Amino acid sequence: MNFLRVIFLLIIFLPFKIWPDQGLMIAVASNFSQTAEKLGDKFTLETQIPIIISSASTSNLYAQIINGAPYDIFLAADIERPKKLEENKYAVSGSRITYAVGALTLLSFDSSFKNNECIAAIKNGSYKKLAIANPEIAPYGLAAKEFLKNIGQWESIQNQIVLGENVSQTLLFAATRNATFALVSRSQATMKLPIQPTCIWDIPSNMHSEIKQQAILLSQSENSKLAQLFLNFLSGPEANSIIQDSGYSVIK
Amino acid sequence: MDIGPLWLSFQLAFITTILLIFFGTPLAWWLSQSKSKLQPIIQTIVALPIVLPPTVLGFYLLIILGPEGFIGSWWVYLTGNTLTFSFTGLVIASCIYSLPFAVQPMQNAFESLSFDYLEAAWTLGASKMDAFFSVALPLSLRGFISAAVLSFAHTLGEFGVVLMVGGNISGESRVVSIAIYEHVEKLNYAAAHQLSVVLIIFSFFLLFGMFLVHRRWQLQ
Repeated sequence: MNFLRVIFLLIIFLPFKIWPDQGLMIAVASNFSQTAEKLGDKFTLETQIPIIISSASTSNLYAQIINGAPYDIFLAADIERPKKLEENKYAVSGSRITYAVGALTLLSFDSSFKNNECIAAIKNGSYKKLAIANPEIAPYGLAAKEFLKNIGQWESIQNQIVLGENVSQTLLFAATRNATFALVSRSQATMKLPIQPTCIWDIPSNMHSEIKQQAILLSQSENSKLAQLFLNFLSGPEANSIIQDSGYSVIK
Repeated sequence: MDIGPLWLSFQLAFITTILLIFFGTPLAWWLSQSKSKLQPIIQTIVALPIVLPPTVLGFYLLIILGPEGFIGSWWVYLTGNTLTFSFTGLVIASCIYSLPFAVQPMQNAFESLSFDYLEAAWTLGASKMDAFFSVALPLSLRGFISAAVLSFAHTLGEFGVVLMVGGNISGESRVVSIAIYEHVEKLNYAAAHQLSVVLIIFSFFLLFGMFLVHRRWQLQ
């Protein structure tokens, strides 16, 4: 009887114990997830506050947040969605900061394209498949689309384009060589990859609109003081150097 | 309404069902009759897609169907195109994903056949093949209907595998489940509702029809 009671109590209370008492839940755009892990480790080391990171495409996380997902902070890959959250009172007004400025990079793992050959190939469309993140839901996908429009290729390569659900999947498509090229975030080219890319080309930043990534404190957060502490840390010099090392620039 | 993905899913489900009935019938027959030691092993392999998460199938298909994979490299050699991100690739993926839903109902039907009928046909001079097609098949029609309906409906509902190997290409791999997912992500709930309601209604009548057929069969 007692045993049953314990089980009963466990069933009732278990779901609530999943969320940490003193920890921050951070929703991170896929491109930034590895950098956020590093920042989180550093932050936890200094403050003893545990950080839990969930990553997905910016629009996926946005949809989760307005449907009540229990995050404290949102690190988006654009300005638009944090701004919308702020306007619609899902986020604390005035807490929005630009934590990183992203860059677009072309990667290939196909040994028939080396060094500069990939630049030529991307400019004349002579390849099988190019993976980009879905422009409708992922900011890096949108930047990739702008770049391809800029070089006059967007219309002609429509049936060579493969859409990833987010930048991580986009990179996976190229890393498994299912796509010849991937346009992803520069940070992904700087991280440790299981196989070496055969070419890396940083797309000049004037060929797409600036990818400003903003962070915001969410209104529902019950740890808003701790969350604000993290946001302060995020724009501090220590975090800035980690962010820059990961292939982003920061606004001083 | 976003009709393209819906139509694509129906095509995918239709082709997959035809292929599964065609190739699944001899397999189901063998499974139902064989006394080989291999039988339980093959039976287990056929049932695996029911329990494996779609991510396991998707992960290995991404590697095997890729241009350097076991099947994908042959495909590139023969056709010059890659299998992943293509409709053909999805057909292969769906055939694996829905295999148990086709084979198991047919196998059950074959197993419940009374051998007296088959033996009668044989003693009357029918060849084994002839007896199979004119006696065993008609008597197992119920199993075939279940197999067709379930593999069609299951392929229509395929999501995880397509998400991993499809690449969301309009007209090739943007099937209805992926389209719904994307509409939900874009918070375009109206479009997501439209496609979802069509799927719910269609699936309901598909299964309802199957159960009605089963009932009538039993009453006879």
